[in-house]
Amino acid sequence: MILSLLIAVLFIGGLLAWKSETEDPDKPKFICLAALGLDMFIVLLIYLFGDPSLSLTGTGDPSWIMETNWQWIPRFGISFHLAMDGLSLLLVFLTLFLGFMAVGCSWNEITERVGFFHFNLMWTLAGVVGVFLALDLFLFFFFWEVMIIPMFFLISIWGHEKKVYAAIKFFLFTQVSSLLMLAAIVALVIVNYQSSGEYTFDYLVLLKTSIDPDMAYWLMLGFFIAFVVKLPGVPFHTWLPDAHTQAPTAGSVLLAGILLKTGAYGLIRFVVPLFPDASAEFAPIAMFLGVISILYGAHMAFAQSDMKRLIAYTSISHMGFILLGVFAWNEWALQGAVMTMLAHGISSAALFMIAGALQQRMHTRDMRRMGGLWGQVPRLSVVALFFTVAALGMPGLGNFIGEFLVLLGAFQADIWMTVFASLGLIAAPVYSLILVQKAFHCEPRESHKLWDFGQREMTMMAFMIVAMVWMGVYPQTMLNLSAPVLENLNQIVAFKD
Amino acid sequence: MTFAAFIAILPIILTAGASVAVMLGIAFERSHAQTVRLSLIGLGLAILSLPIAGLLAPIQATPLIIIDDYALFFIGLILSTGVVVTLLFSDYFGQGDSEDEEIYLLLLTAVLGAVVLVASRHFATLFLGLETMSVSLFAMIAYTVRKEMALESGVKYLILSGVSSGFLLFGSALVYAELGTFEFDQMSVLADSANWSPMVIVGLTMAVSGLAFKLSLVPFHLWTSDVYQGAPAPVTAFVATVSKGAIFALLLRYFVSADALHNFPVVIVFTILALLSILVGNLLALLQDDLKRLFAYSSIAHMGYLLIPFVAGAVIGKQLLIESVAFYLVAYFITTLGAFGMISALSNADREFTHIEDLKGLFWEKPLLAAAFTTMLLSLAGIPLTAGFIAKFYIFASGVQGAMWLLIFTLVLGSGIGLYYYLRVVMVMMKSPDTSSEPAEPRQIAQSGQLVLVGLMLLLIYLGVNPGPLTEVITGLG
Repeated sequence: MILSLLIAVLFIGGLLAWKSETEDPDKPKFICLAALGLDMFIVLLIYLFGDPSLSLTGTGDPSWIMETNWQWIPRFGISFHLAMDGLSLLLVFLTLFLGFMAVGCSWNEITERVGFFHFNLMWTLAGVVGVFLALDLFLFFFFWEVMIIPMFFLISIWGHEKKVYAAIKFFLFTQVSSLLMLAAIVALVIVNYQSSGEYTFDYLVLLKTSIDPDMAYWLMLGFFIAFVVKLPGVPFHTWLPDAHTQAPTAGSVLLAGILLKTGAYGLIRFVVPLFPDASAEFAPIAMFLGVISILYGAHMAFAQSDMKRLIAYTSISHMGFILLGVFAWNEWALQGAVMTMLAHGISSAALFMIAGALQQRMHTRDMRRMGGLWGQVPRLSVVALFFTVAALGMPGLGNFIGEFLVLLGAFQADIWMTVFASLGLIAAPVYSLILVQKAFHCEPRESHKLWDFGQREMTMMAFMIVAMVWMGVYPQTMLNLSAPVLENLNQIVAFKD
Repeated sequence: MTFAAFIAILPIILTAGASVAVMLGIAFERSHAQTVRLSLIGLGLAILSLPIAGLLAPIQATPLIIIDDYALFFIGLILSTGVVVTLLFSDYFGQGDSEDEEIYLLLLTAVLGAVVLVASRHFATLFLGLETMSVSLFAMIAYTVRKEMALESGVKYLILSGVSSGFLLFGSALVYAELGTFEFDQMSVLADSANWSPMVIVGLTMAVSGLAFKLSLVPFHLWTSDVYQGAPAPVTAFVATVSKGAIFALLLRYFVSADALHNFPVVIVFTILALLSILVGNLLALLQDDLKRLFAYSSIAHMGYLLIPFVAGAVIGKQLLIESVAFYLVAYFITTLGAFGMISALSNADREFTHIEDLKGLFWEKPLLAAAFTTMLLSLAGIPLTAGFIAKFYIFASGVQGAMWLLIFTLVLGSGIGLYYYLRVVMVMMKSPDTSSEPAEPRQIAQSGQLVLVGLMLLLIYLGVNPGPLTEVITGLG
């Protein structure tokens, strides 16, 4: 009940926001804040009064902090099944947190069609929360698609010069790959139907299906492709730089901060537990793709002059660590992947907000036309330096913990892969420092009328900086939540073997 | 004929009665509003008689007609579509003081033909229903005779439809010569005993190609885009939905009761038709700038998708097959009516707005209408929250269960292409309206047309979010 409320609040908030535009163009923003605030309040209550250690039952059967299960389409055994464990709690928290940031950073940026903008924002968030909570594969797919459409509108209406191209590319990549996943989901259900004589889309039931190894491999690939396109990993990454560059700031924040994480979440929650043997067989290839993503992303980031494009490529690089960590599949690596998801969510969102702020002020994202900002907008520059350093993996900040754990875990799985992946840690400072050097240092190349971060922007940044430091200094808060879940998934996988 | 059988065919009788009433009404007094009212009452009465007929179902009324749940479901679908099309007509033709009352008469006779088709269990009613419908369609398509394109497409449809009927007749004659029966459900036994001789196969194939013409499956699709484009928009809505849906329902009944889906050559023929229709339909739709042509090609692709459960029929069983087709047709009817309804609502008998650029900025001028149209497009593309998604899911389920991997792959590919051209239309609507050029005349949209579209949109979303009730109904059809 409470979980469906979480989603419903966002859906309804979106509709109200759209409607309220006619009364007052500022009203949608406040309605969104109220809806997000209500959701955040609920999540905090769940965190304070729920018991995340419940997930550890030792039998390989997860039990949840909270669960909702209603019949939906009985003909196919489809139910409205939501559940929350430590992992989804963390990710829902991240989603709502970045939801606030998205509303905040578009406060002055979006002046046209404010109502419809906030409607799309809220519906994207609702879809993402649904993805993190759904335990019925049909429902999961449903939310998976629901989050794409409003994002498509966000890019195509409020985006920059090549918005139509970017939006269509984004939609086509994600949609076609998700159709492959749909085929795989249906096939999995049918395999289960043939052995049990009953249609069901329930995750927990399907976990216990035994599948012919060849079939399992193909089905695993169906899921894998859909998730890796979203992640994105090389070679399915080409939509990302375009989508990020063209999206409005809030769109980039949501894309980088949480939409990419749904791909990672899918890998952890679905691909490996549903098809452990096939994933183990496929792991070398997946890890290889991860390493390639790390190095390729870093290499491409190095060559960009467009600030948003540079950050987009760094995302690809960081997501490579997640791919590596998930397929190394041990506790270290998985914890690292989860930490990277959270830390990258915040650091990349912050960087995109900074890039967006600069674009709003200078009407360009081209770093060759920037320079010397340090003197003109000191507060903005300091914050930018902080998050660049965070993103490159400075010890004491969140990203470091994540990537370090991933490498630690991956080392046990495959030494050579880890060696090459570590090169990414060397490349990261190079492209990060280039960003700082080109944009903020040197002499100013053009004169712009600039204004520094105001109170609203500094408040948002302060929240993000606190989160970043917390993750770096005391990651145990997050690790405690995710550990039981990951251990449980490990048991499921071991049990199936 | 027994009294019970007479009651059972009440929907058919009432539809026929309505057309006579409308004809007489026009003869006495030419009044547009009156004619619309009379047609709606006639269709409404026919719909109301469905539950009564349902009490008696299944019942065979004469050797020609069978009234069972399957027939009643599709009759209901066709009659409701008839109501929506009547409303679209009333906006489209009702402006000015034109004398356009006869179009309603033609509509009713076409509906009558379609209704007979879905209730037929015999080649004679198949042909009767088909011709009643087609002859009415010739006139409807060419109805705005003063326009060159309408006339051209009417003639085109007349000739090709005549040829395809010839194929159908010849094919059924061959089957009859070999088996000695015109009844669908006796064929399987007889055909098995005749070992599916070449004559039967050839006959069946010819009959299928005749029907494939009407369904505009590739390679029998050449008439589609021209006819869709030339006909008045609401007539196109009717051609795209009722005429195709009724024939598909008939084809399904024919092959299920004749148990012919196990037959290897039949499966091969349908597989090829499906593959070609999906690929060619989607690829050609990519190139269109005219909305009617775009929907014409996309409807070809949709008929291709619909053949997937058909091909898988022997493996997945009658139950899932009929369910998939029924759900898909319902979703397809609603979306297609909405799409052409949209064009029709923007247009009238004098001028049609069918170019994709005509929609520019619609999202900001008429948000509700544009939202409705967007929903239709997303449903055609099979995106969740709409009925089109559940329909596509059914197709996936039957394709995967039948292990038709090639077709499933083509379906994924086709949907990807489809997405692109549907989104293109959405994008045009999202563009800011032109302010540079001289202000265009404001779009006139009748209240009733808008109401119909919004109603269709809500129905589409309802079925997408809560398909349970409909699936329960259609599980009973098998």
